Amino acid sequence: MFTATIHNRLTGWWMVFRIALEERLAYRGDFALGTLMRFLPMITQIFLWWAIFQSIEASSATSESRLVGYSFQDMVAYYLLSMLGRAFSSMPGLASTVAKQIREGEIKKYIVQPIDMVGFMLLGRVAHKIAYYTIATIPFALVFFLCRGFFSGWPPASVLIGFLLSLIFAFLLGYFLDLCIGLIGFWFLEVSSLLFVYMLLNFFLSGHMFPLDLLPEPWHTCVEYLPFKYLAYFPAAVFLGKVDPSQLWFELGIEFLWLLGLIGLARLLYARGLERYSGYGG
Amino acid sequence: MDHYNPATMPIIEIEQLTKSYRVYQKQEGLMAAIRGLWHREYRDVHAVKSIDLCVEQGEFVAFLGPNGAGKTTTLKLLSGVIYPTSGSARVMGHVPWKRDNDYRRRFALVMGQKNQLWWDLPAQESFRLHQQIYQIDAQQFRNTLDELSDLLSVGQLLGRPVRELSLGERMKMELIAALLHSPDVLFLDEPTIGLDVVAQHNIQQFLKYYQEQRKITILLTSHYMKDIAALCQRVVVITDGAIKFDGSLERIVDDFSGFRVLKLQLAEGQSAEGLERFADVESVELPKVTLRCARSEVTTMLARILEHYAVEDISVEDPPLEEVIAQLYRDSESADVVSTRPHEVHD
Repeated sequence: MFTATIHNRLTGWWMVFRIALEERLAYRGDFALGTLMRFLPMITQIFLWWAIFQSIEASSATSESRLVGYSFQDMVAYYLLSMLGRAFSSMPGLASTVAKQIREGEIKKYIVQPIDMVGFMLLGRVAHKIAYYTIATIPFALVFFLCRGFFSGWPPASVLIGFLLSLIFAFLLGYFLDLCIGLIGFWFLEVSSLLFVYMLLNFFLSGHMFPLDLLPEPWHTCVEYLPFKYLAYFPAAVFLGKVDPSQLWFELGIEFLWLLGLIGLARLLYARGLERYSGYGG
Repeated sequence: MDHYNPATMPIIEIEQLTKSYRVYQKQEGLMAAIRGLWHREYRDVHAVKSIDLCVEQGEFVAFLGPNGAGKTTTLKLLSGVIYPTSGSARVMGHVPWKRDNDYRRRFALVMGQKNQLWWDLPAQESFRLHQQIYQIDAQQFRNTLDELSDLLSVGQLLGRPVRELSLGERMKMELIAALLHSPDVLFLDEPTIGLDVVAQHNIQQFLKYYQEQRKITILLTSHYMKDIAALCQRVVVITDGAIKFDGSLERIVDDFSGFRVLKLQLAEGQSAEGLERFADVESVELPKVTLRCARSEVTTMLARILEHYAVEDISVEDPPLEEVIAQLYRDSESADVVSTRPHEVHD
């Protein structure tokens, strides 16, 4: 009986996953092009940092310039790793899709059918991400190979495990953060401006724009206490050995607590939202 | 859900069900819009006002009413999509808005204007997903799908992306998706909206056949009198959030129309002049004349007309249904005419 239930669950999940994947691949051309185009900004960003370091060098007249402990090499390595973190934690279109489904009444299907929306959409996202990595692995590998000179070798195995864990957590954290923003749609039918502000803050506070160590006090302490740093900065910092090994597991623990908190918040918002919900859109 | 006994209890029981919305009252003009930024006036909209209704297992009931009368709101309440403001409802012993999985596996909701299928995938894939969601046994799934796609003759289309299907074909797929788990109760919200006559007819025929075979309970809202005349033994007229009539379609005419339509074919050379002395003249297209008169006066009126005019043929008819219902909508907006059928017990 028990194994049968498990079996049912697994086949159910597999089906959801498969369908989301198929849907993702329905427009192959657009999907592939969209995925590859995301690599273009990398090149411009690397040139931008190169120009910045060039000008620092010119004015300070030292042979190797540093920016709060980052050399040009470190900066490029950080940038590439933060891109990798974002590849896990960014959820393109999730919040706006959830808000749209609430506004247009599509969310009804999760209410009428015996399925759990939060879990269902999570599985869908896993499928989307896997489709994305399938296409993006080769260009990612190529970029890292070309830029191997910027890295100073592989970190030890324990750090590598922590790094992988931090990527998986980044995915989950990113999912639940975006989901919560989307669920605000129950209260404000139009969330696009809110979403814009959130994306800007996220870009900045996650360390996607520049390493968070560059921030002066008291801002640095502030972002330390926010969950956004786990989306891009933290995985990169782990890989680059900027997180002390004794601190690594503690930090991952804190991240896990954030994750639990956000899962609880998403559940609460969904339950409260449904109470408010009056079935807009016919 | 604890004490539901299908033998003795109605499958759907609604008592004093009420749903009100609070909506922001927008004022016209820019100044008003600016004022609205800090001071907002709200207005309560009473979508459903203290409705009582019982439906027995196996009934096919139509909800009829103008736009915004509360039909869809009632279906949403019964399918648990929204919470009521007050009152109670039980479907197969379940309180719908508690959304027990036990309840959700036993009913289905189809909305003519909403798409539940995955747009970019073949309908078959959505069906397989439903198989998982509703945990339908593989053999049973196969049989049901074959039967339904056969009845609706869409077997060839199962592998085509939903976006490439016509509106009628898509509606058929929606129905299949809703019926795969063999629900005991089906809510249909305008299932034939926007369809051409042939597609409408196909769907009517299918619903009729399916309901007769399976004896499931169906609640349907529609604007098409043809849907209702073809399918439902029982009609519930809702206007302005309240039930104004509950009974058979024929009884609407008896109850709400006090007049009859007389159609005369006059003999050659007979003029229609002076007929207005006896009854309201609706149209004159010699030799045909259409009159209206109060039902109680039909016989005396006819006798007098026959006395004075040479008439070749006579027919006495009920006024057209659409007209009676339009009249009913209008009347019920002013007065509170309620006609409820006595509760019949089905065996």
